[in-house]
Amino acid sequence: MTEELIIAGFGGQGVLSMGKILCYSGVMQDQEVSWMPSYGPEMRGGTANVTVILSDNRISSPILNAFDSAIILNQQSMDKFEQTVKPGGVLIFDGNGITREPERKDINIYRADAAAEASKMESAKTFNMIMLGAYLKVKPLVKVENVLKGLEKSLPARYHHLLGLNEKALQRGFEIVQEIHIL
Amino acid sequence: MEEYKLMKGNEAIAEAAILAGTDGYFGYPITPQSEVMEYLTMEKPEERTGMVVLQAESEVASINMLYGAAGSGKKVMTSSSSPGISLMQEGISYLAGAELPCLIVNVARGGPGLGTIQPGQADYFQATKGGGHGDYHLIVLAPASVQEMADFVSMAYDLAFKYRNPVMILSDGAIGQMMEKVKFKKQQERMKTQPGWATVGKTPDREPNIITSLDLDPARHERFNIKLQKKYEKIQKEEVLFEEIACDDIDYAFVAYGTSARICQKSIELAREEGIKVGLFRPISLWPFPYKEVGKIADRLKGILSVELSAGQMVEDVRLAVNGKIKVEHYGRMGGMIPTPEEIVLALKKQIIGG
Repeated sequence: MTEELIIAGFGGQGVLSMGKILCYSGVMQDQEVSWMPSYGPEMRGGTANVTVILSDNRISSPILNAFDSAIILNQQSMDKFEQTVKPGGVLIFDGNGITREPERKDINIYRADAAAEASKMESAKTFNMIMLGAYLKVKPLVKVENVLKGLEKSLPARYHHLLGLNEKALQRGFEIVQEIHIL
Repeated sequence: MEEYKLMKGNEAIAEAAILAGTDGYFGYPITPQSEVMEYLTMEKPEERTGMVVLQAESEVASINMLYGAAGSGKKVMTSSSSPGISLMQEGISYLAGAELPCLIVNVARGGPGLGTIQPGQADYFQATKGGGHGDYHLIVLAPASVQEMADFVSMAYDLAFKYRNPVMILSDGAIGQMMEKVKFKKQQERMKTQPGWATVGKTPDREPNIITSLDLDPARHERFNIKLQKKYEKIQKEEVLFEEIACDDIDYAFVAYGTSARICQKSIELAREEGIKVGLFRPISLWPFPYKEVGKIADRLKGILSVELSAGQMVEDVRLAVNGKIKVEHYGRMGGMIPTPEEIVLALKKQIIGG
C-alpha cells in the first residue's frame, strides 16, 4: 500500500498538523511516512499545503505532483490541485468558501462541510480533525485508535485534555462526508 | 515502534547532535535551517548533557567561535544555509588549514546571492572544491532522508576527529523541512579528555601546542601542504560512500544526491512502468567523490543522467569518473524549483536514450 496525499488550504486551518497527525498514525502502525510542507511566509492567511505519503515500502520522492488523494480546504487550492489527482483517485473538499465545485469526471469526489460542523462543536479548532475523519471514512488507511495515539504524540501534554473532543470530531467527520461524484 | 520519532530533518540533526555528545553549537538563524537552533534551544541540552548552545551575532562570529572551541579539542558544530555558509568561508579555510575537527551543516537553498528560501543544490562546487582559499578539502556527506540527517552527525564527528579535518553535512531545504520517522542512537557521553594536540593549557612536561594556519616560512609551509595532501589522498582511498538503488540489470542510471536522489527514485518507478531499465547511483560522500565506483558502473551502461537542483555542478565529477566511456548529461532546475519525477523521465528519454 502506498498513499500519496496532498492537503491544501489556508495557513491557520491546521493543514500541516492534520498531515502530521496522519503521519504519526502511520508510524504507530509501522508504516513508512513522509511529510513535506510548502514552507515560506505562509503562517496565517496565506496558502499552505503538505504532501503526506504513507507506505508499506521505502518512500521514494517526498515531493510529488500527482496524488492518490487530495483534501482541499479553499478555492485557491481547488484551482491548483484538482487537476493533480490521479485518474481514479479521491478528492475531498470542504464546501465553505468554495465558489466553483470540482469538475473532474474521472475521480471520486466527496464533500465534508467540516467548517460548518466545527462551528457547532465546543471548539472551531476541531475543523481539521473533522476533515481527517471524513478522509479516513473514505480511505481507512490508518485505524482510529492509532490516530488518537498519534494525536497524543503530536500534541503537547497541556492539550491532552482535548483528546476526547478530537475523537468526537473524527467521529463527526465520519458521519458528515457525502458522495458527490463516484466512479 | 515506540522508538521511532516523527521529525523534521533539521530537528533530527539537532537531536542527533545532543546524542552524539556535542560540546558546543554556535549558529545564527537562517531559513530553511532555523529549526536546528530552535530545537536545540527548546531541548535545553545544557541540562541534558552540559552542551553549550550559543546564538552568535553573525555567521562570521559563529565560524570563528567554532575555530576557537575546536582548537581546544571539543566536539563542536555550526549550521547555516547557503548565504550564511558563504559568509563562513574564510573561517572554514582557517579550520582546514589549522586541521581542526568540527561539523558544519549546510541546509542549502537556491542562489546565487540571497537567492530564495526554497531548496537548492548549487553549493556543490563550494562544498567539494573548497569554497574558501587554499588547497584544502572538507569531507562532505549528503543525506537523503531524515534518518540520514540523524545518522550522519556522529559519523561526521568520527571522520572529523580521525583526520583532524572539518566535515560538512550538505543537505537542502527539502530534507531539512520534511518530516519522516527516525530512530536515534543512545546518548553518547561527552568526551572527558581532549586529544593531545588540543590547546587546553600547557603542562611542564611537554612543548606548547600551537594551532594556527599561518606559516611564513615557505619551505616549511610547503611541507605542511604536502602533508595535508597526503591526508586527503588517504581520505579519498578509504572514506568513499555511495548507494546503488535498483542497479541490477540496467541500461541507464541517474546519478543524484540528497533531494534529487529521492525524486529520481520515483522517476525509476515511472520509467520501469514504460520498460526503461534505469537505476540510481547515489554518492553519499560528495568529497571524496566515488570516481572509481561511478567509472565502474558506467562500464555496463549506455548512458547516465546526472540530476541536481543546479545548473550542473556534480555532473563535472560524473564526467571525470566516466571519462568519455558513455554519454553523461545533466538535468536540473534552479532558483528553488524542484523537478517532477515525470520531468526527469522525460529528460532521460530526450537527452540520453533518444539523444
